[in-house]
Amino acid sequence: MTAIQSVLRIPFMWLEGWFDWAFGPRWNPMYYLGGLGFFYFWIVAVSGLYVYAFFDTGLTEAYDSVESLTHGQWYLGGVMRSLHRYASDALVVMMVLHMVREFAFDHYRGARFFSWITGVPMLWLVIAAGITGYWLVWDELAQYVAIVSSEWLDWLPIFGEPIARNFMHQGSLDDRFFTLLIFLHIAVPLILLLVMWIHLQRISYAKWKPARGLSIGTMLMMLALSFAYPAVSHGPANLDRVPQQLDLDWYYLFAYPLVDNWGAGTVWALVFAGTLALMLVPWLPPRKARPVAVVDLDNCNGCGRCASDCPFGAITMVPRTDGQPFEGQAKVDPDVCVSCGICVGACPTAMPFRLFSDLVPGIDLPELTALQLRDRIHDVTKNLEGNARILIVGCKHGIQSGKLTGSGRAAVDLPCAGMLPPPYIDYVLSKGLADGVAVVGCRAGECQYRLGQEWSEDRFERRRDPHLRNRVPRERLLRVWRAPVEWRRALADIEAFQANLKTLDAPRTSAPPKRRKERQS
Amino acid sequence: MMKVLRFAAQAVVYAGFAVLVGYFSASPPYQLIAPGEAQIKLSLAYGGKPAGGCRDRTAEELAALPPNMRKAQICSRERLPLTVEFELDGDIVYRDVLPPSGVRNDGPSRMYEKFIVNAGDYEIALRMRSTDRDAGWDFETRRHVSVGPGDNLAIDFDPVAGGFVFPRLGKGG
Repeated sequence: MTAIQSVLRIPFMWLEGWFDWAFGPRWNPMYYLGGLGFFYFWIVAVSGLYVYAFFDTGLTEAYDSVESLTHGQWYLGGVMRSLHRYASDALVVMMVLHMVREFAFDHYRGARFFSWITGVPMLWLVIAAGITGYWLVWDELAQYVAIVSSEWLDWLPIFGEPIARNFMHQGSLDDRFFTLLIFLHIAVPLILLLVMWIHLQRISYAKWKPARGLSIGTMLMMLALSFAYPAVSHGPANLDRVPQQLDLDWYYLFAYPLVDNWGAGTVWALVFAGTLALMLVPWLPPRKARPVAVVDLDNCNGCGRCASDCPFGAITMVPRTDGQPFEGQAKVDPDVCVSCGICVGACPTAMPFRLFSDLVPGIDLPELTALQLRDRIHDVTKNLEGNARILIVGCKHGIQSGKLTGSGRAAVDLPCAGMLPPPYIDYVLSKGLADGVAVVGCRAGECQYRLGQEWSEDRFERRRDPHLRNRVPRERLLRVWRAPVEWRRALADIEAFQANLKTLDAPRTSAPPKRRKERQS
Repeated sequence: MMKVLRFAAQAVVYAGFAVLVGYFSASPPYQLIAPGEAQIKLSLAYGGKPAGGCRDRTAEELAALPPNMRKAQICSRERLPLTVEFELDGDIVYRDVLPPSGVRNDGPSRMYEKFIVNAGDYEIALRMRSTDRDAGWDFETRRHVSVGPGDNLAIDFDPVAGGFVFPRLGKGG
């Protein structure tokens, strides 16, 4: 599975790097695949409402009303119909890309299984909504879709009379059929909307809408496509005839030729097996459980920054239980925590300068505690020499730090760059452990834990607590947000940074603090 | 200059995506039947005779029943399977024994089949056995039909109309 993910990641990283250049990270469509899916859904909803206002239910009225809309008011109704179709198609593309990307970047296992398995039924709901839409037009394509859908459903032993018998000949259908379809075509998207809401329940700061520039560009593209290549109907349905050739919408109707050629049973088997496989993927194999963040009430002042910064809503603030004079305390939900450590980076008590107490922050990661991190920094920097010594703070999911270390450069790896509390940078520089700090993490939209890069930038730029202190010389801090495939460019960035450090005056430093036990002894 | 290049690159991405969406939205075309072909669709839903036959209730049995349920005969719920045969120009193209539906085998037998044929004239024979007879047929229909390219000829079964019917062609023999 890991090998498949590694292979899949390469084209994504390549494409995202290229899009970063063309669109900039803020507008990069690859970072908004889910949000673009939502955006297309709303285009479908709004255009659908317009089309529905002009749609007549009836054996001949349905086709005539859609034709009138398409050709009679091509400039608005026709465009709305085209938007309805093309946004639906683009929604399928976005959903599939989103799913493959989340799989490739391993965003679907462990505590994140919830978003994955709630995404699977959305696939089928979208397809079902699209299929019922194609029936409504009641052209030759609708006739084909109706007949094959019925034959497909009839294979299941749940219907008394075969549904396909309703489409035997031209006289076997009545107008009530369209009333049922309209109901389905509205009800299924409403259910889809509900599932989309559930899908986001374990995501904080979900990017459910694309950046404004991307939304505008996407909308213009959809309009251009709708004007240049308007969606049109086939000839009117006639059950006494068999269309020889159809222009299928392959995004929605890809399974229909399979039903024709392989039989309904085989396609049902594929659908059930595929769905089951998708639902089980998060446990094939399951993610190795890592210890989740723990709260230390003696050091938690109930500030709520950890809860605010957690990308998955795993931390909630609850009433104080230890009698300390603070309003609340942090509580970690172990089923939702992904052990990224971003909460530690947000904790104002993760302060490496502590002299009079052990370094135990209000929230900590057992896998790499704040104290262990400080000790490790001391360990890796103690043998660095020269006047351009660099501490590289890397991310385990990003560029392998071993590729970046070298003369005068040592590294510590964190589960996520967002775990680094800004005071650690101040500490390293002011204590003279290194002459510069390079924080190396994933690209903006590729953070394994979604927000590590964004929160780090905000903290360094003093937009988000805890701020990087003003006294930290910014020329001694390098931020490198690059994909693992860009490690050579990251190395070049760091070498250039190192060369620049040599030209700077020596920083003002203070002696490293003695640990509490050292002081007592 | 770089800004222009970036906007151009964005335009290329949008255009590429539009082409991807637009193309597979209605292409490539899918061929259902070849030119010169037609379709015959045979379907029915009909219950065979009760499998165990019927017998008259005794006077004691009738007296034991509430007045509104005193039906003179008692019949087995289970129905016999149907044997259906479809002959096209002397060739048997379909023959099957259709079991009754339902968990108690008391529902109608059902079938639905499509046959792709070349357009032209055909001698059609349709037969059904719905009782426990050993030989012969309970319903039999023969008809000469003509199907043009792209035609869909539906054949259904309507016991009230006397057996197999051709809705598009009107009353059949």
